[in-house]
Amino acid sequence: MYAFEIDRPATLADAITALGAEEAQALGGGQTLIPALKQRLAAPARLVALSGVAEIKGIRTGADGALCIGGGTTHAEVAAGAGAYPALAALAARIGDPAVRNRGTIGGSLANNDPSACYPAAVLASGATVVTTNREIAADDFFEGMFTTTLEDGEIITEVRFPVPEKANYQKFEQPASRFALVGVFVAKYADGVRVAVTGASEDGVFRWSEAEAALSKDFAPGALEGLSLSGEGMISDLHGSGDYRAHLVAVMTRRAVAAAG
Amino acid sequence: MPEVSMTVNGKPAKGQVEGRTLLVEFLRESLGLTGTHVGCDSSQCGACVVHVNGRAVKSCTMFAAEAEGAEVRTIESMAEPDGTLHPIQAAFQAHHGLQCGFCTPGMVMSAAALLAENPKPSEAEIREYLEGNICRCTGYHNIVKAILAASGQDVSAIAAE
Repeated sequence: MYAFEIDRPATLADAITALGAEEAQALGGGQTLIPALKQRLAAPARLVALSGVAEIKGIRTGADGALCIGGGTTHAEVAAGAGAYPALAALAARIGDPAVRNRGTIGGSLANNDPSACYPAAVLASGATVVTTNREIAADDFFEGMFTTTLEDGEIITEVRFPVPEKANYQKFEQPASRFALVGVFVAKYADGVRVAVTGASEDGVFRWSEAEAALSKDFAPGALEGLSLSGEGMISDLHGSGDYRAHLVAVMTRRAVAAAG
Repeated sequence: MPEVSMTVNGKPAKGQVEGRTLLVEFLRESLGLTGTHVGCDSSQCGACVVHVNGRAVKSCTMFAAEAEGAEVRTIESMAEPDGTLHPIQAAFQAHHGLQCGFCTPGMVMSAAALLAENPKPSEAEIREYLEGNICRCTGYHNIVKAILAASGQDVSAIAAE
């Protein structure tokens, strides 16, 4: 690792100030950023560790019934505390391994927007709202392709607000070495329709499968997906699976998610 | 260089660290607590697992500066001062849960974290909890058996494979 200064602010206000410094970068749980620093894939002059900022931790129910999760909340805390949204708690319980889940945070995962991460699928399928130090961002506007989001320099995710669906399920086809999703599909059924978000598959990162959404909004059953398929074009192709294989898996995992959601 | 202070194995510990100093480096190099091992240094293998405020974490993937004020517990705290092994360690010995022993500190600390939150885990729950702990001798079977035994459960049904 290249050398850097580290700040550990105790308040959000201090964190915002610290991130105003030149070449400063926020550090969530570090489960992605620290390995990246070790490989010298990132070389910030200053890291601002958010782990001491109590204001952005915890889970609460919003006035509109939404499940609101602080950006600094760990995966383990979501797994244990998001009982109001069981599919989301189950997703958090399968990220990485127990020690990773004790450090990694939802805000860090979303800000990184790894194309194979689990949380982006939940956020997009739930039509969640990402709340930052500057604004509120709709899930449909937040993700901008692999490792890219609409977040600006120094902007911190303070909370993610999930409308709780009638039914939902996340199916993850795990890449067993990394435990990231080779393909993951999150299906959420709301009163006004069904949303289907896919992670791990596309070179553009998480995306909504609109054809499946239309079919499932009419009939929320695995059979409604019959005949629907995605092209392997633009899908991630690597030693773990070709684009065509991933495209095929998307349909399989979507059917499984719908069946499991009941 | 910033100074950090924390409680390690019940005793106050402090020292100078760089921003990039990992918790495991602070434990091993500044405090001389070399029981915690660095296996892969990339958060895959779990040999470096310690407890921070009661939670199992990979100490190679956390900065020492972030442990400011924390309660840290390492493998050195498990046995009694007179050398009497912790029940988990004794079970590893009794059930041959270690071969080369390199992964053992992390395995024991993960097992301790598991049993703290789930005192009677099933075999499947143990295997799932150890997802992030890799044994290159592939001695998982007896590790799982040892943890089951340490939790006071009958291990006679588990074949000696």
